[in-house]
Amino acid sequence: MATVTYRQALRDTLRAEMLRDENVFLIGEEIGLFEGSYKITEGLLKEFGPRRVRDTPIAEEGFVGAAIGAAMLGLRPVVEIMTINFSLLALDQIVNHAAKIYGMFGGQASVPMVIRTPGGGGQQLGATHSQNVELFYSFIPGLKVVAPSTPAEASAMLKAAIRDDDPVLFLENLALYNTKGELPAEVGDIEPAEIGRAGVTRPGTDITIIGYSRMARVAAEVAETLAADGISAEVVDLRSLRPLDRRTIVDSVRKTGCAVVAEDDWLTYGIGAEIAATIQEGAFDWLDAPVRRVAMAEVPLPYAKSLETAALPSADSLLTAVRDTLRATGRTILEPAR
Amino acid sequence: MAETTKAAPARTRRTRGTKTPRVNAAAPPPTPPDAETLVGYYRQMLLIRRFEERAARAYTEAKIGGYCHLNLGEEATVVGLMAALRPSDYLFTNYREHGYALAKGIGAERVMAELYGRSTGVSKGWGGSMHLFDAGARLLGGYGIVGGQVPLATGAALAVSYKGGDEVVMCHMGDGTAAIGAFHESLNIAGLWDLPVVFVVINNGLGMGTTVENSAAEPELYRRGAAYRMESARVDGTDVIAVRDAARLAVERARSESRPYLLETTSPRLKGHSVVDPARYRSKGEKEALKAADPLARMALNLEEAGILGHDDRDTLDAEVTAEVDAAAAFADESPAPEVSTLFDYTYATPVPGELRRLPADPVFSS
Repeated sequence: MATVTYRQALRDTLRAEMLRDENVFLIGEEIGLFEGSYKITEGLLKEFGPRRVRDTPIAEEGFVGAAIGAAMLGLRPVVEIMTINFSLLALDQIVNHAAKIYGMFGGQASVPMVIRTPGGGGQQLGATHSQNVELFYSFIPGLKVVAPSTPAEASAMLKAAIRDDDPVLFLENLALYNTKGELPAEVGDIEPAEIGRAGVTRPGTDITIIGYSRMARVAAEVAETLAADGISAEVVDLRSLRPLDRRTIVDSVRKTGCAVVAEDDWLTYGIGAEIAATIQEGAFDWLDAPVRRVAMAEVPLPYAKSLETAALPSADSLLTAVRDTLRATGRTILEPAR
Repeated sequence: MAETTKAAPARTRRTRGTKTPRVNAAAPPPTPPDAETLVGYYRQMLLIRRFEERAARAYTEAKIGGYCHLNLGEEATVVGLMAALRPSDYLFTNYREHGYALAKGIGAERVMAELYGRSTGVSKGWGGSMHLFDAGARLLGGYGIVGGQVPLATGAALAVSYKGGDEVVMCHMGDGTAAIGAFHESLNIAGLWDLPVVFVVINNGLGMGTTVENSAAEPELYRRGAAYRMESARVDGTDVIAVRDAARLAVERARSESRPYLLETTSPRLKGHSVVDPARYRSKGEKEALKAADPLARMALNLEEAGILGHDDRDTLDAEVTAEVDAAAAFADESPAPEVSTLFDYTYATPVPGELRRLPADPVFSS
């Protein structure tokens, strides 16, 4: 099967969905003539024209709200917000409108809309362009938030999001766009994912590592490193932050007896806090060590490479936390030969 | 008569999306209203007046909760605007919208039941006073966040344009909304994309207790259309016929030329911002002046002087309307509250695994 980048998987899936359904259209800043800030919409204006690929003024609140209104009348807009940082300008429309319209009016109108937006640091973009604020949206009933980590998952999840009748925030990550992976089929034939299901992407018995988006990929790398030392780590890729697949997390921890959460956001009140709380409620008697979280340092992310690198979670920091946690279990474990 | 500003000539630009070519049609001549039409408008205005008075009473009796904003003083605006729409046209409003729901053709009993928080209400008890919605009547929501409905209405007009329909979207807002970012972003987008939407600023002079002069650098709010090359006008919102005719012109621009329009109506807010607001920030003189500005009293006098509706006929009409409102209140009172078992029915339109359906004391895991 074809090996493609995360970027290509997104682009081909958008195209396939636009060919499948006339009501699907794209809307956002620089997605047409400029072909997207990160080139996810490359070639689509040329193929579908300005009615289906709509460039907007720099007005996040205005065009996100317009997409919501269009969705209320049955269209299926796929909004691109250039980075998740700029979604804050549309917070009122996303939280007070997209998330509320179905419930607040007693189920009379749904909002079948997708907001695609990348988060992520590590590109020296400074404090305002490097945040991971998916938590804000994961907090809100009425929204769905998905965060796939591989090209195959991204394709399946984007299809699911576009065909879903609720507003879905589709989290991408700048560091994932050039990563590669195999697709299980031609893009047009890929089955939509099930929103709300996590995946056990690597089975293991000694420890559970839970991640999403970029950190799920880092977790897979770390599990590979640990395997070389004879440690069997199970990796849970959340894929969906709301709804959260608590069952899969807890089942895994009941098997392994300890867990580390890998998240790209800040630790305090972050996604990992919810995971840790879930584990203590669902697997308290199975835990051999406290749940650890690997997350960004609690600072506005600096520009200088030395500081930025130190502040961001990495394979190394995750490895350290995993080894600390295994040690804290008191189990007899193999120390790496160094 | 309405004051108007003409839009500047359209710029040369690439056509975006579906667009009906611009035609320079003259304004349709206002239709002189016949007696029956006038009495019909008066009856609708009276229904709104009596409905709102009843809502205020029910609020003080604790039958209505939350916030409750009334259309008192706005009746001619409400009826005039709604008379300019077809049943297939869409309406977005803010939270001061009971009258619009009635004038859009929704039964008083279903509106009152929503205020009472009953399952028979237009929004099944989920919305309350500020969030009336009726898909059938194409009232696509009252919205409680100032300015929140403006991008939505713009997007609904985008959908109409995308599908090539001939519906018009009307979007109401208060004067305070003219200061918020969403208003500007939306007018810019609607102007840029030639969307069939009529923005209506209901200027009652006050955003809660702040006057228009204290919140708008350009208090003639309709003039803001010029920034978006959008035709705009201001009309006396206490004159139902003037409002209707101004709205018809605006709606015609949207329908035939796919051009947005900004209409400003001016009317008094006869009471406080909401039922609980005694409006102490208004002087005694101001409050006295309000009586003279009452559009309902003014229309009653006009109809009497024109020999169309005498004192006795007016009383008969009032008795009819009052009975209708009484029946609506009785219906609301007798209607059931929503069952707690329905609490999780409307979180998601597409059901998903893993959705937590727990009440506050329930554990996350049952096993």
